[in-house]
Amino acid sequence: MDNEEIKKFVLDRVAEAECTDGVQFLQVTVPSEKILQLASELKSNETTSFDFLFCLTAVDWPDHMEVVYHLKSTKHNHQFVLKGKINTRKNPEIETVCHLWRTGEFHEREAYDLFGIKFLNHPDLRRLLLTDDWEGWPMRKDYEDPINMIEY
Amino acid sequence: MEEIIHDQELESKEYFINMGPQHPSTHGVLRLVLSLDGEIIKKVEPHLGFIHRSIEKMCEHDSYTQIVHLTDRMDYLSCHINNEAVCLCVEQALQIEVPDRVKVIRTIIDELTRLSSHQLWWGVMGMDLGAITTFLYGFRDREMITDIFEETCGARLTMNYNVPGGLFFDIHPNFQKRTKDFLDYFKKKLPEYDTLLSDNVIFTQRMKGIGILSKEDAISYGVTGPTGRASGFSCDVRKHHSYMAYDRVDFKEILDTEGDCFARYKCRINEMWESMQIIEQLIDNIPEGDYKVPTKAVIKLPKGEWYQKVETARGEFGVYIISEGQKSPYRLKFRSPGFSNLSALDHMARGCKIADLVAIMSTLDLVIPDIDR
Repeated sequence: MDNEEIKKFVLDRVAEAECTDGVQFLQVTVPSEKILQLASELKSNETTSFDFLFCLTAVDWPDHMEVVYHLKSTKHNHQFVLKGKINTRKNPEIETVCHLWRTGEFHEREAYDLFGIKFLNHPDLRRLLLTDDWEGWPMRKDYEDPINMIEY
Repeated sequence: MEEIIHDQELESKEYFINMGPQHPSTHGVLRLVLSLDGEIIKKVEPHLGFIHRSIEKMCEHDSYTQIVHLTDRMDYLSCHINNEAVCLCVEQALQIEVPDRVKVIRTIIDELTRLSSHQLWWGVMGMDLGAITTFLYGFRDREMITDIFEETCGARLTMNYNVPGGLFFDIHPNFQKRTKDFLDYFKKKLPEYDTLLSDNVIFTQRMKGIGILSKEDAISYGVTGPTGRASGFSCDVRKHHSYMAYDRVDFKEILDTEGDCFARYKCRINEMWESMQIIEQLIDNIPEGDYKVPTKAVIKLPKGEWYQKVETARGEFGVYIISEGQKSPYRLKFRSPGFSNLSALDHMARGCKIADLVAIMSTLDLVIPDIDR
């Protein structure tokens, strides 16, 4: 499948998806509520079969948060970037995808640990890299730590 | 005596054991909490972050040339390849085409790095399973590669030989000769390495059929590199998304279907042969030309996002840069191979014994700073 076909596939299912042709990959942004439904179709559908989630991360934007999924199909060898837009920064929540791609379990724990994004229905959502009693979400742009962080 | 035992109600109870953070076979500060039933592992729960330095956060304040230096401190055994990933990503964003000479030199050093990493892995894996000889042999032969690196770029481990746009400086006049000498030497040694372990009955019994990972699970867990390829997951970035000079050399992607510890061991040994073959094809054909494309002192990437993946000794290493047009990235994510490979450990180790876990850990070839970042 080329980028146009993937774009059509997504737009048929989520009409409000925003598609951008990036330099490398097609980037598709969908509202966070639609992620789980779309992700499971992208994985199970024969024509797309995105079975390899090679990167999952989060981005903290000034007014919203984003979870970024880099997907690849080992069968068809096509790739694209799926983004779930969470409209709030206060208590961001998104459905987990770790039952579709098992690698999501660790990657989502890392995103929770550093960004404070709550992955709903995740089997074991705890802090991963930081200690359990850590306060705050260090990778957020407004995180402050006067002792350990060097001001530029 | 027998009566006494029969009288008592014997109940089996799950209990926990801490492996690490200070344990020789976790290869660094990694803590594993094992839940056991007798000696059988029921669950492995990794606790990470003992050397988490938040490199991604640091990168948000650093310039792109500074970021290159931080990547050395993640997977220190594939440091050159990590450097290259960031440089390639920046070059891609700035649309710089590096000279042919740079491409070839980078590829050769990539493969030398892979060789030295696999040598070290071979040494410590043998030691984990009780063979001290391999450790000494591995480090002895690895010395020759680190000497070449030292002569070429001044450092033995954290090399920093790459800069966005090319190399820090040109290769040393001795580079080609010493590399060829090393290949001649190592070609005689590698069969010896292999037979030393794979002809050993104790070794094969501890490896064959242990820690099996199926192809579907490898893909689902995102297990890449030799670990994934031993399960039949064709994931060699050098083949699928070729970069630098890999498209002009002839080499095989090593694949196996067994997915057990022995397959992973064989995969790495065979990969060493392929690496030597790649170096041989390139070492006499380094094109003349510049070793660097001049870049601005302060590099600013245009607005946008880029992802670059490369094949390190442990698997697929990815750099994801989101730029807002500033001198530092807005967000930078390192997709480290060890992190995903470790996530499959629990799945692989269930039902094995503790001694098997040591074998599985050593064939996963984990580098802890790479996982913790």
